[in-house]
Amino acid sequence: MSHFIDRRLNPKQKSLGNRQRFMRRARAQIKEVVNKSIKDRNVSDVANGETISIPTKGIGEPHLQHAPTGGSRQRIFTGNKEFNAGDRIPKPAQGGDGEGGKKASDSGDGEDEFQFVLTREEFLDIFFEDLELPDLIKTSLREIRTYKPRRAGFSTSGSPSNINVLRTMKNSFGRRIALRRPKPDEEGDLQKRLFELEDRADLTPDEREWMAKLHEQLEELARRRRAIPFVDPLDIRFNRYDQRPEPNTNAVMFCLMDVSGSMGEREKDLAKRFFILLHMFLKRRYERIEVVFVRHTHEAQEVDEETFFYSRETGGTVVSTALKEMMRVLEERYPPHEWNIYAAQASDGDNFSGDAERCIALLKEAVMPMVQYYAYVEILDEREMELFQDPEKGTALWQAYRSVSTAWDNFEMKRIAGAGDIYPVFRELFAKQVEHG
Amino acid sequence: MAKRAKGRKPEPEIEAAEAAEPAQPPESVQPPESVQPAKPESDFLFEGSNWTFETMEHAYKAIEDIALNDLGLDVYPNQIEIISSEQMLDAYSSIGMPLMYQHWSFGKRFVRESQMYSRGYSGLAYEIVINSNPCISYNMEDSTMAIQALVMAHAAFGHNHFFKNNYLFQQWTDAEGILDYLEFSKRYISKCEERHGPAAVEEVLDAAHALMDHGVFRYRRRPKLNLREQAERERERREYQERTFNDLWRTVPQNGRGARSGDEDSDVEERKKKLKLPEENLLYFLEKNSPVLEPWQRELLRIVRNIAQYFYPQKQTKVMNEGCATFVHLYTMNQLYEKGLLSEGAMLEIFHTHSNVVFQPEFDDRRYQGINPYALGFAMMEDIKRICIEPSDEDREWFPEIAGTGDWRATLKDAWANYRDESFIQQYLSPNMMRKFRLFVLADDSTDTHFSVDSIHDERGFKSVRRALARSYDLGVIEPDIQVVDVDLKGDRRLHLQHSMRDGIPLEQRQRDEVLLHVRRLWGYDVVLSGIDRESGRKNYEMSAGHKAGEES
Repeated sequence: MSHFIDRRLNPKQKSLGNRQRFMRRARAQIKEVVNKSIKDRNVSDVANGETISIPTKGIGEPHLQHAPTGGSRQRIFTGNKEFNAGDRIPKPAQGGDGEGGKKASDSGDGEDEFQFVLTREEFLDIFFEDLELPDLIKTSLREIRTYKPRRAGFSTSGSPSNINVLRTMKNSFGRRIALRRPKPDEEGDLQKRLFELEDRADLTPDEREWMAKLHEQLEELARRRRAIPFVDPLDIRFNRYDQRPEPNTNAVMFCLMDVSGSMGEREKDLAKRFFILLHMFLKRRYERIEVVFVRHTHEAQEVDEETFFYSRETGGTVVSTALKEMMRVLEERYPPHEWNIYAAQASDGDNFSGDAERCIALLKEAVMPMVQYYAYVEILDEREMELFQDPEKGTALWQAYRSVSTAWDNFEMKRIAGAGDIYPVFRELFAKQVEHG
Repeated sequence: MAKRAKGRKPEPEIEAAEAAEPAQPPESVQPPESVQPAKPESDFLFEGSNWTFETMEHAYKAIEDIALNDLGLDVYPNQIEIISSEQMLDAYSSIGMPLMYQHWSFGKRFVRESQMYSRGYSGLAYEIVINSNPCISYNMEDSTMAIQALVMAHAAFGHNHFFKNNYLFQQWTDAEGILDYLEFSKRYISKCEERHGPAAVEEVLDAAHALMDHGVFRYRRRPKLNLREQAERERERREYQERTFNDLWRTVPQNGRGARSGDEDSDVEERKKKLKLPEENLLYFLEKNSPVLEPWQRELLRIVRNIAQYFYPQKQTKVMNEGCATFVHLYTMNQLYEKGLLSEGAMLEIFHTHSNVVFQPEFDDRRYQGINPYALGFAMMEDIKRICIEPSDEDREWFPEIAGTGDWRATLKDAWANYRDESFIQQYLSPNMMRKFRLFVLADDSTDTHFSVDSIHDERGFKSVRRALARSYDLGVIEPDIQVVDVDLKGDRRLHLQHSMRDGIPLEQRQRDEVLLHVRRLWGYDVVLSGIDRESGRKNYEMSAGHKAGEES
């Protein structure tokens, strides 16, 4: 009468559809929280899943219920110790949890914030939801595609290294059966009988005749075997490959930073956050992404990440050296037709006087035609930030870059002062509707 | 219905287990360490904590023997399904049903449950049991064999018997058809989503869910309907409409009808009578009379309403249902142990779990969350047994008809069949129980700065405490009484709802406003809710949907 049924192997995640519905429902709130959390969080762990709590507004499930207070009612409890009928007990102050937390659980306060964990995927999807690669159309036009061989069936011609053994042997087998090529054991059998006869000294004429016949048969077999080869050139099949164009999925990201004395810990930290965000973003779009760190004082050099962010350096500030270094690395290792090139530069805006013109020239003539996108962030402190509300005004470098920015659509520049500014700036830089026509 | 392991540990584990069975005949109360029966070889149903399907089958047979032949239970055939913890979470979030239509609120519930579970705030249920024929119960794969045995006795026999025999379930639910109906509703709703878009479906479901508590018939007896036939009928109805649809009818002038209805308008009473007002089942009313809903939207309301109705008896019998199941599982396990079929280790584990389940903290305990239905139900069942077997003088006075009859099996089965929580407590809560739980009643009047102790567990207070406890399980009291009282179909089509207020207790305001917006959405025209005091008939408030909430959003 009883039936035990093992359901453990049934598909799990039956409620996945429900979860998606829920996510869609709470989208707006989740997004808001995600965006806010980016501001306050350490960027290095931004990409992990995130526990978020969202306000219940919009995801509440209202019911007609009695209010927890008001009117007159009776409450019943267990565990009486000293009360007697007629005793009077002062009510706890509003909001306090009197009577063993009864009120707090009744009022549904616990539901005001709804906490749950987003998976990494969900988090990033929301995070990048309305970010778009800048200049995507232009990119794909200019992009020289790479080709990748793809298997495309079989062919009767090709290079020996591409022989498909399985297919070839199949063909050969079929042909051998169809043409009745003698099998080795068939021949061996005849041979054995022949040897038996030959071994005997006294043979009857019948047997001699028989022996001759066997010889004949054997020869016939051998002849057929020679005529029908084990593997005929007809059988051979080659793997065929098509050259299919592949979108270029390599990207290189150049991080340029001023590391001269004027850049303190704070500035470097902000710069780092910006770079990491950019890196994360690119990582979602490209299969393979390399990062090149170029730091500069009055001279520039390519360094590893550790040195880039943490080693101290003194010296003047000549921005153009960094651009030159970048071009050198570019030419050496990252031909633009194979790589999507992104550059991000962070600086406090200081520059050796007179260098600005060189920067403009370099950017306009050499750098900008090569890169997909060039983002410049200028890190200020709050006081300066207020000073430079007007984008027209600014340091020499800022002024110089302004002219590049107007000439090139894929050049963006922004000012930031605190950790909270980075994400909005980043979003602005990469917002879907940038003001490129 | 789902038994939750409380995410807390009561200190007095063994003591609680012993105290929980005061009515056991002395020889059956076996403190695990006391007796060491000599066992030549192991007759145990199972050894160790791992279970296999063989040991499960073996244990099931033994439990079944006790349940049917000793207790004389009457059960649906059982179907026991083994699921993983993840699947348990899945099942949780769709209100325990094996199939359910999709809705974001289930996703929300899933998210919350899995959060609680992964953080260790709450354990998972050991089982979920469904009132269906065959009776499906889910057991968790992670449970030990001892727990599996306990759970089988609890769900597959305790709950199962209750589902099959209690009058509320017999009258109001259709155990045969529920799974078919759920399958129909799931398919129907996903078809609606395809046809009308998920957003449109969601809007209707949201509104329907908000009114779910008010989508049941409380007093009128629903005609017994086979849910599967109902699904079939809906399909036929729709096909007929599609077949006979003729757009021409729309163009026929409707003067005649308008004129005819004009004179009816005058008589409000007649109008109410025609619409069968007042109507307590808001979903039913909207489904039948809303001027704006499409046929498929009405069908969605009907689905939500049917599911609400299906669960309505469970809401009213929480204490009894759990009490019955807990009583059955403990009795069965004790019998098995006496027969030498359970090892002491297994028994100890069972006691531990059992005492966790029936743990009742006191009101000033941090863990107090109201009265634990398992504890109350179980203690009352045991108490009834005690009254039947060895009544005190007090019991003879209070329960002359059952005290000392000795036939506790029949008495309990009668109680399980013919009562719901409220009437059960009113009938069977003994002074002994009230003393044991040390129950007391606080009167809370919002105009008073103090609570006053209304009555306690003493001679003077017994009746009053019992009444208060019974009332606290009466859904008619717990849930606000809201009815459709009037609608002016010829005029401005304003829907008039009336909240009949008991003791001046108001509605929770924010939710009230939101729900009214939902009603408005379903009704399509103005909706007014007024609060009328039940005793004096005085109007306390009146508000219309969207008026206040509209400003907020």
